[in-house]
Amino acid sequence: MPARLQAEAFDLATELQGFGSGAGAVVTFSGLVRGEDGRLTGLEIEHYPGMTEKALESYGLEAARRFHLSDWMIIHRHGRLEVGETIMMVATAARHRAAAFEGAEFLMDWLKSRAPFWKREITADGPGQWVEAKDTDEDALSRW
Amino acid sequence: MVIDVLYFAWLRERIGHPRERIETEAVTVRDLVAQLAAMDDWHASALSDLKAVRVAVDQELTDLDAPLAGAREIAFFPPMTGG
Repeated sequence: MPARLQAEAFDLATELQGFGSGAGAVVTFSGLVRGEDGRLTGLEIEHYPGMTEKALESYGLEAARRFHLSDWMIIHRHGRLEVGETIMMVATAARHRAAAFEGAEFLMDWLKSRAPFWKREITADGPGQWVEAKDTDEDALSRW
Repeated sequence: MVIDVLYFAWLRERIGHPRERIETEAVTVRDLVAQLAAMDDWHASALSDLKAVRVAVDQELTDLDAPLAGAREIAFFPPMTGG
């Protein structure tokens, strides 16, 4: 399954073995937990079991169709993550680089604002604020 | 009809539980919101600013005017922050 939701950490190099074989271009993007200058110790990521898996799969298939990707992969984690840990990754493979880059950007824009995940900040004192969605993330969708 | 209503993130916290089963005659999501908000202060508070609330019917994103006929599961949650 090219779209995966999991609590466990994953290894980028292992996941990419054999990915996009035969393509001319492979693009990967990884999102990490930011420390926000020491303010945070981690993030808690909530999701909607059932809907989240379906959303990842459908955005992946849509990206493959629109950008003629020969291969794609989405891995997104949930649960408690420490600063510096990898939250998620997307990989796209295509004949040429423009499609691979665009496919990856399309996926990231959709995952940010339309995949049912909610991030909460964790500080030294425990669970803190829910991360607010940014208008710029919503605006980014309009270009597709 | 009887439907399952789910809440996520701060809506879940404000309401106090992640899901509940509701008997309703609501025709649209908006009708259901009105019914839920009338139940108690916690529901009213969580659903007071609908600009900050997103909705899914049977796990598909939709809007407040979506019909509920045949729906089994309605979810309310804040704007998503994935990636």
